[in-house]
Amino acid sequence: MADANTIKDKVAIVGIGESAYYKRGQSPYGEFHLMLQAILAAAEDAGIDPREIDGFASYAGDRNEPMRIATALGSPKVGFSNMHWGGGGGGGSGAVGNAAAAIVAGYAKYVVAYRGLAQGQFGRFGQALAARAAKVTGGNAYQAPFGCMSAGQTLAAMQAQRHMHEFGTKQEQFGAIAIASYKHAQTNPRAVMYGRPLTMEDYHASRWVAQPLHLFDCCQETDGAAAVILTTAERARDMKQAPAYMLAAAQGSGFRYGAGAMNRSMVHSNHEALSEPLWGMAGVEPKDVDVAQFYENFTPLVLMSIEDYGFCEKGEGGSFVEGGRVEWPGGDLPINTSGGNLAEAYTHGFEIITEAVRQVRGTSTAQVEGAEISFVASGPGVSPLSSLILRR
Amino acid sequence: MADTYLPEGMPLPGYDPGSPDEGFWEACRRHELMVQRCADCKTFQHTPEIICHKCHSFNYEFVKTSGKGVVYSYMNSEYPVHPALKDRVPYNVVLVELPEAGNVRMVGNLVDAVYDEIYIGMPVEVVFEDHPGAEVTLPLWKRADK
Repeated sequence: MADANTIKDKVAIVGIGESAYYKRGQSPYGEFHLMLQAILAAAEDAGIDPREIDGFASYAGDRNEPMRIATALGSPKVGFSNMHWGGGGGGGSGAVGNAAAAIVAGYAKYVVAYRGLAQGQFGRFGQALAARAAKVTGGNAYQAPFGCMSAGQTLAAMQAQRHMHEFGTKQEQFGAIAIASYKHAQTNPRAVMYGRPLTMEDYHASRWVAQPLHLFDCCQETDGAAAVILTTAERARDMKQAPAYMLAAAQGSGFRYGAGAMNRSMVHSNHEALSEPLWGMAGVEPKDVDVAQFYENFTPLVLMSIEDYGFCEKGEGGSFVEGGRVEWPGGDLPINTSGGNLAEAYTHGFEIITEAVRQVRGTSTAQVEGAEISFVASGPGVSPLSSLILRR
Repeated sequence: MADTYLPEGMPLPGYDPGSPDEGFWEACRRHELMVQRCADCKTFQHTPEIICHKCHSFNYEFVKTSGKGVVYSYMNSEYPVHPALKDRVPYNVVLVELPEAGNVRMVGNLVDAVYDEIYIGMPVEVVFEDHPGAEVTLPLWKRADK
C-alpha cells in the first residue's frame, strides 16, 4: 500500500463527460444547462446513478454552484464542496487534486470535478470586462489605464518578448505549438476547429493581437462544459471503465507571482514551483511521460511550461517543439492531442483533463499507442496554478 | 490632436484612501515618481503592499526616484480591448525596470516611439500625463537614448 501522506495510487478518474462545444454565443443552451449535460454524461460514462455524486470541486470562481447542481440532481447528501482559489485556468488540475484529496480523506464517495464556461452568455474574456470600470483600483490601476487589460497583454505578450530576447526563441516556434493543436483537432469531431486545419503560412499571416502574439497563439472563446468523476482506486477496479489512476497532483505558486505590474519572473510559467512536488509524488520523470496536455492560454506559455517541468533545459523550449516533435503521430512527446484550448474548446482547460483520461483508456482520436503515463499542466502564467499525472 | 497617449474614456487609476497605493498615486499627481520602500530593512517593492515582503514590517515610506528606467519588455497592442481604443490601435505597452529602486517594474506606454523602434534595454524617462477632471496622473515614458 502506498504511503499514507499522499493521494498517489489511491484515487482514480472513473467517468468523463462533456457538453457539445460551440463557438462563443452559438450554444443553444445556457451555461448551467451545459454543465448538467457534462455531469450527467460523466455519471453515465462511470456507470453510476448521478445521485451518487456526493462531492463537488471546481475553480476560477465557476458560476455553477454545487448546491444548485446537487439540488437539480436530487442528490440525497453532499459531503464535500470546494473551490480552488484564483481566476484564470490555473485551477483545473487543482480541482481534480482537491477532489482526490476529499476521496482519500473520506469526505465523499464520488466527487465530480468540473468547469462550465459559456462566454457567449457571460461575456468574452478577450474584452477584459473586469478591467473596464471608469476608475480602477488595486492591481488593475497599474495596468489597465495603459491599455494592458486582457490576459494576452497582462500575461503572455511581454513574457514572450522577454523569452525571445533571453533565449533566441523564434516566432515560428510559438507557431509550431498552434499547428500541433490544430492538427490534432482534425481527428476530433468534438473540436470547434474540426475541419479547419492550420498551416505555418496561415499562422504568420494571421493578425497580431498583441505582438509578438498572433491570433493563433491565443485560445478560443467558446461555450462548453466538462467534468470528471473520481472515487477510490479500490472501488474503481470494479467499475464500467478502465480506471485512470492518479499518480500525482500539485498546486500552488512560486515567489511573488501575485505582485502587480509583472514584478515576477517573465520567462517562467510559474509551473517551475510545482515541478519538484509533482515529480516527487509521482515517482516518475519527464522521460517516462507518453503524452502531455499543456494548457494553452497562449503558446509562449506552453513553451515555458515544457521547460519548467524539465522536459527540456530552460531556454530550449523553442527547439523542443519544432520539427513535429510535439505532434501526433510520431512525435517524441505529443501534446494537446484533442486540439486543446486552441482548437478543441476553451472550457478553461478542463477538456485537456478529459483528454488525458482518454489517453490512458486508449480512446483518444489521436491515441498515443500504449500510453501509460499521461500528464496535464493547467493555466501557465497565473497564480495559483496546478498539474497532475495519470497512469493506466 | 489628442493630448493624451491613449484616448479619453479609458479606465483611470484610483486608490482606496489610506491604502499603500495612495503614496504612489499622490506622488504621480505631484509629477514625482516614487517607489514604496520598507522603512526598516529598506527593501523596495512594487506594486505597494501593507507590509514588506522581506521583513514583514508595517513601516513603509515612499522614495523619490529620478524617473529613469530601462525597457525590460514591450508589446504592440493591435486588438482594441476597450471600446475607447477602437480607432487607436496599434499602441505600445512597455514594462520598465527601475535600477535605482530595486529593479521594480512598472507598466506604461512609451509616448515618443513606435513598436519597431523599441528594444529591450532602451533607456527611458518618466513623463507625467494629466487627465482633466481625473483625480490622478498617469506615469508614462519617453525615450532617453538619444
